[in-house]
Amino acid sequence: MEDRRKYLKHTAAVIGTRAAAVLLAAAAVFSTSAMAQQKVRIGFVNTFSGPNASIGIDERDGFEIALDHLGRKMGGLEVEMFYEDDQQKPEVGKQGTEKLIQSQKVNFLTGYNWSNVLLASLKPAVDSQTFLISGNAGPSQIAGELCSPYFFSASWQNDQTPMALGEVLNRKAVKSLYIVSPNYAAGKDMAEGVKRTFKGQVVGEEYTRWPGQLDFSAELSKVRAAKPEAVFVFYPGAAGAQFFQQYNQAGLKGQIPLYSVYTTDATTLGQIKELALGTLSTQSWVQDLDNPVSKRFVSDFRKKHKRYPSYYSAQHYDAAMLINSAVVAVKGDLSKKDAMRDAMRKADFPNTRGTFKFNSNHFPVQNFYLQEVVKDTEGNLTMKTVETVFTGHKDLFSGKCSMTW
Amino acid sequence: MTSRLSLALVIGLLAALCAVPLIAKVFGFAFLMTLFTRIVILAIAAVSLNFILGYGGMISLGHAVYIGIGGYTVGILAYHGIHSAFVQWPLALLLCALFAFITGLLSLRTRGVYFLMITLAFAQMIYFLTVGLEKYGGDDGLTIHQRSTVGGLLNLSDKETFYYVCLACLVLCVILAWRMSLSHFGMVVRGSRSNDRRMQALGLPTYWYRLVAFVVAGVMCGLAGVLLANHTDFISPEMLSWTRSGDLIIMVVVGGVGTVLGPVIGTTAYLVLEQAMSGISEHWQIGFGLLLVLMSIFRRGGIAALLSGLRR
Amino acid sequence: MRLFVEQCLNGIQFGLLLFLLAAGLTLVFGIMDLVNLAHGSLYMVGAYFAATFARRFDSFVLGLLLALVAALLLGIVLELLVVRRLYPRDHLDHVLATFGLILFFNEGARLVWGVAGLTLPLPPFLSSVVDLFGVPYPAYRLAIITVGLLVAVFLYVLVQHTRVGMLIRAGAANREMVGALGVNIKLLYTIIFGVGACLAGLAGIMAAPILTVQVGMGESILILAFVVIVIGGIGSVRGAFIAALIVGVIDTVGRAYLADGLRLILNAAAASTAAPALSSMLIYLMMAAVLVVRPEGLFPAPGVRR
Repeated sequence: MEDRRKYLKHTAAVIGTRAAAVLLAAAAVFSTSAMAQQKVRIGFVNTFSGPNASIGIDERDGFEIALDHLGRKMGGLEVEMFYEDDQQKPEVGKQGTEKLIQSQKVNFLTGYNWSNVLLASLKPAVDSQTFLISGNAGPSQIAGELCSPYFFSASWQNDQTPMALGEVLNRKAVKSLYIVSPNYAAGKDMAEGVKRTFKGQVVGEEYTRWPGQLDFSAELSKVRAAKPEAVFVFYPGAAGAQFFQQYNQAGLKGQIPLYSVYTTDATTLGQIKELALGTLSTQSWVQDLDNPVSKRFVSDFRKKHKRYPSYYSAQHYDAAMLINSAVVAVKGDLSKKDAMRDAMRKADFPNTRGTFKFNSNHFPVQNFYLQEVVKDTEGNLTMKTVETVFTGHKDLFSGKCSMTW
Repeated sequence: MTSRLSLALVIGLLAALCAVPLIAKVFGFAFLMTLFTRIVILAIAAVSLNFILGYGGMISLGHAVYIGIGGYTVGILAYHGIHSAFVQWPLALLLCALFAFITGLLSLRTRGVYFLMITLAFAQMIYFLTVGLEKYGGDDGLTIHQRSTVGGLLNLSDKETFYYVCLACLVLCVILAWRMSLSHFGMVVRGSRSNDRRMQALGLPTYWYRLVAFVVAGVMCGLAGVLLANHTDFISPEMLSWTRSGDLIIMVVVGGVGTVLGPVIGTTAYLVLEQAMSGISEHWQIGFGLLLVLMSIFRRGGIAALLSGLRR
Repeated sequence: MRLFVEQCLNGIQFGLLLFLLAAGLTLVFGIMDLVNLAHGSLYMVGAYFAATFARRFDSFVLGLLLALVAALLLGIVLELLVVRRLYPRDHLDHVLATFGLILFFNEGARLVWGVAGLTLPLPPFLSSVVDLFGVPYPAYRLAIITVGLLVAVFLYVLVQHTRVGMLIRAGAANREMVGALGVNIKLLYTIIFGVGACLAGLAGIMAAPILTVQVGMGESILILAFVVIVIGGIGSVRGAFIAALIVGVIDTVGRAYLADGLRLILNAAAASTAAPALSSMLIYLMMAAVLVVRPEGLFPAPGVRR
């Protein structure tokens, strides 16, 4: 009897200590190295898996070229990058963001290709007062009521690019338009954007499941039945390639001109190939822009990666330079967040756009161009500027933002 | 398990869980708190599933739907500016009870794999409902900008306070499940699992007993959903996808089906293992998947059974 | 009217794709009483094989055939190594094991084929548009319909008019008896699982050109396959065929026309969000109704006692 009791007590003690040990070991696994403020820690959340991994990789490459140009230092401090894969899912991106903030204790967050991922990840960043520089996504909510002193956009606001396209359609006297767009935050913004400026009639609007739906047969049947003068789509990444191929397979290519935004670019032209030649779209940066920063960026990118950069990577180049301007301004003292913000607001940094200013909601004020898919002298597919559509364009949502400075 | 060993185990586990915030503070591991809050919350869901699966033999592949209903109630009310826990939480639990009652009425007429499929069907219906709710984000999900307020008594935005609230809920749920399983009610449910005909022959209306168990499990899981929404400040249809329901089943089975602490141990093991393995290699899921396959082939009751085997 | 015909054809095409997936699942479920959540993984691997072989040998048809063989072999190996040990265990263990297999295959695919996914370009003779009684229809989708119907006929002949088919029908009705009658049950099970894997692989191969080949592509369609076999009747290939067509048509036509209907009350974006959700809900509602009223399904294998 006594033995039994002793045995049980012994086992309980063993288990207790083992449990504590496991907990401590687990804690050790999640620990981060002790850090003094000797490095600039940047967290990069993007899509590195799935069919749109090429976009995440392109954006990372653009950021890395900037780091190369900076000698991988900002304001004298070494730069440490932490990459998180969002798998194109808002929850995963959000968790990745939280991990970067809590475990890696990053000073800046950047990346964020998708509007829904960005919207889910904004709160943890803002709550922890970590600067978030969006390299791509520009949802209307963050330009408006959700604007924050800790958020900056190095790209554009979603509605702007399609607004430019709507203007192009007017200039071409298009009377009827059919819109096909994915059903998520950015897809809706894009459709709204076109509708804002387009003066003709929208004869149909279809929103498809995102990101799952890659089969557009139902929507294409409806387009054919409606007989519009033009079709507008927004399908970033692999879906864009699929849409173009199916548009062609459905026999619509020669019949109804296809206009798009974010669908034909350096990341998708490899798959769409010649089908894309002559396609018109709008963007705030084109490969052939005539300013020294952009030219250097394009040539160094092509040298390193043997392919043309897209606007995705150009935007991330600018994001890196923006962050650098903040770190340099405070001479590496990253606790001076207000000073860093003031520096960023000045928008005084080398950027691929040429001219760059911030609106009151921390979104860029910039030009938008009409671009066309062409072949360069070596036979590669790339984009060419046709004309400037908007100069110094401001987004429409700053009125809803309560920030003033 | 009613031996003294299990009491020691309970106390050891409880102490370890209580110690987490201290360890996190002392060593500066903020992420530890996030992880263990999540473990505690999902353990509540696992306890609720164990109640019907372990004791009642009702394998539901749609149990995560209650996490969703609980979470979305909090999220939608928060969207409209209603933050009081005294409104959100009871409403969430009530909706879970209603849903469990109605779907239970229909589902419990089936057994085995058909029960599996019909619970899946109902969960998927709600999943697609949440996807279709354009106003509340649909597939993109919805951020909750403020956690439930408890009338100034507790600040749920404070990580430690929130953790202890979740832990308290877990302890309550474990005690409730344990007492219920030992009661007359629980005996009938367990008896119904091994031989339903005999129970009925004894004059017991097993259908109604199982329905009550089903509703209780649904409400308990709804509590997990309410807490999860507060924890992540975010709701999305992902919370109630069928793969989440699958995760819950795994947690229960790994820990030990039909035991008191099994679900808690199983949840902890599953989530800690997941974190640890993903730290080691990007491709951890291969090993993890193989582990599950091996477990299913050689399973003898899960971790809890392993531990109780120390007696011999 | 033309649009409606096109949508119906799209629905039938999707339904036949589902049928290919559901046929194997219902046989395995009905005869071996095995809950196989990893069936979607076989679909995915089939698609990956097709993309890889087609690229390697620069021929769509050759790639397709090789992928079929590879899928069959994979199914047999899987059965011998893992699935065989699951027969005596209960459904919980099946869920656990096949869930683990899903993780294994998903991560394995990432390891072998990379994280970005693959595309399978169509050969020119399938990229054109065919005139079907005045309705222009993509040739490839017509090809899917043709293949689906051929497989259905093949399965019908196999199940109804061959010895193996007789054993399958008997096994679905009373598995123990078939074993007791001295049939080599182990071999039969291996064959059935292999054929099921082959069909799943075929579904993946056919779907690959129109959807991208990526990790996790099996999960969403697997759930629909389960719905199909429950509605059709577990163990019944004929039931799977009819149920698959019903589900395919409702999903496609529902997506298309519900959106228009909802647009009368909601704005376009809301209608487009709600419509696919509603048509999916409709499918699950149907399954729940069938389970409550007629749990054996619409066309159950005869003699099934569950």
